[in-house]
Amino acid sequence: MPGRWRAAARNACVIAWAALSAGPAPAAELDYRLQPRQVAEGVYVFEGANDDFSTRNGCNIINTGFIVTGAGVVVINTGPSRLYGEQQRAAIRRVTAEPVVRVLNLNLHPDYLFGNQAYRDVPISALPGTIRDMRAEAPGFLDNLYRICGDWMKGTEFVPAAVPAETGELRVGERVLRLQRLEGHTNDDLIVMDARSGVLFAGGLVFHTRIPTTPHARIGPWIEALDRLRQTSFSVLVPSHGHLAADASGIDQTRDYLAWLDSTLDAAARQGRDLNEVLALPMPARFRNFAAREPEYVRNVTHLYGPYERRALEGR
Amino acid sequence: MVAANFPGALVIRLSEILCRAAFLSLVATARVAGAAEGKDPYDSGQWSGMEEEFLRGQKVAFDERVKVTGPRFAEDAMNVPISLDASALGDVRRVMVLVDRNPIRKVLEFFPLRTRPTLAFRFKLQQSSPVRVAALGADGVWRVGSTWVEATGGGCTAPGATRASGTWHQTLGQSQARFFGQGDATRLRLRVMHPMDTGLVAGIPAFYLEELALRDEAGTEYLKLQTFEPVSENPVFSFDLPAKPVGKLVLSGRDNNGNRVDAGVSP
Repeated sequence: MPGRWRAAARNACVIAWAALSAGPAPAAELDYRLQPRQVAEGVYVFEGANDDFSTRNGCNIINTGFIVTGAGVVVINTGPSRLYGEQQRAAIRRVTAEPVVRVLNLNLHPDYLFGNQAYRDVPISALPGTIRDMRAEAPGFLDNLYRICGDWMKGTEFVPAAVPAETGELRVGERVLRLQRLEGHTNDDLIVMDARSGVLFAGGLVFHTRIPTTPHARIGPWIEALDRLRQTSFSVLVPSHGHLAADASGIDQTRDYLAWLDSTLDAAARQGRDLNEVLALPMPARFRNFAAREPEYVRNVTHLYGPYERRALEGR
Repeated sequence: MVAANFPGALVIRLSEILCRAAFLSLVATARVAGAAEGKDPYDSGQWSGMEEEFLRGQKVAFDERVKVTGPRFAEDAMNVPISLDASALGDVRRVMVLVDRNPIRKVLEFFPLRTRPTLAFRFKLQQSSPVRVAALGADGVWRVGSTWVEATGGGCTAPGATRASGTWHQTLGQSQARFFGQGDATRLRLRVMHPMDTGLVAGIPAFYLEELALRDEAGTEYLKLQTFEPVSENPVFSFDLPAKPVGKLVLSGRDNNGNRVDAGVSP
């Protein structure tokens, strides 16, 4: 059957190609090796790689967490894939016998929610705007992650958050979680403070030693949100990407980078520069050790330059 | 190991042969059919056909002096920025931008009559491809520079933002233009509002700007552009002029449905 041979030939080419390129880990090793790090009594974080999405890291570049309340576990973000969600839930079970009673997705980005599949039996909450936006955008994100992450995504389907999160105090068992809505990284950025320990899950508003991602960013509101965060006292700040810190260094870095990006894009537009010239501009030394620098800066400029350019063209 | 006894292994052997044969035939095509002087830096199987279609009977040479700058990866396949600079060739009369692996290969033609032979613009990329800039010098030779842009693609078969939102008709044909100082030269940036539909999205016919020209009030032409479907929605062009024009320039153009673009550009 020539048709079958053709298909087999195609497969052989694909196999040969895959063998030549740096391939993903074999199926048997699709293990995120999630190790819960205790950051306070009852509060744990799974730290992702401080990097860009790739098959090398299984697209695990996010810090997720959970809080053991005495009356069940609250999970904060569920990672990039079904597999991550399942392995996260198994790792939580090794820490506590308490059941997971609530999941929070802090924003609409893919690595915050594609592990939701492992929590179909649990109420999954997000801000109302996040629920609306994830329904619109998750299918596109899913295609993209299948393309970038390969086998790690196998069997992943989009399970939307279904329970609108209310801001204010969320009481679960012995714990009080303070939920606050800010904006700027996305249209609805949820942050969560565990009142007892002072651990602050700051979501996508803070990037520590990493270039921020900006597909839904508005720099002005984002900087205002960071200024409000700066007034908050916390014991440990858990950003979604990059290092945990007991101080405000992540907030300051993110603010510094965004302000630099804003003034750089504005100046470039007023000098009449086109995109490729903006992409070639040098980055100040203080940002050069940030993770994911090259791909993320290209994305920043691609996402954000248009409005600066239009303002300059219209003489505003 | 008697793997060869297994039908699966036989299929793999045969397919390996097919795979090699296909590869060799591609290489052979590239070697025999390409009439251009010099070596195609991307050994593209499409190039010979493109040369036949767009530059038939012309003298053609690959030449690195024609600089083409683009991103390594197209973050936004609907708006891939390309900057070209053929000024190392001296006098350039005509510039053509072609994309090997786009369903519509010709992006634009540019006649830098009284501008430098430089141009920046954005286009829609369907899949990873070489991007070619062919510049016709005074010696009658088309000199071709290239760059490669990776993409996950789909730029030509997705509707633009204003087409998707239905707002394109509110701004159709409007334009903004401004001069910017750039050292001893002057940059002119120009934006024209148009959906630039490729015709490759189901139910949306091709609808795109075909011609744009800039003249001074005496009628002297500064530049002409012929644009095709792959140019991005609401295109922005950057031109470099040796000096700022003294008087007002006049922008005129039309799309394939006969809608006109007319505007004044004040220095």
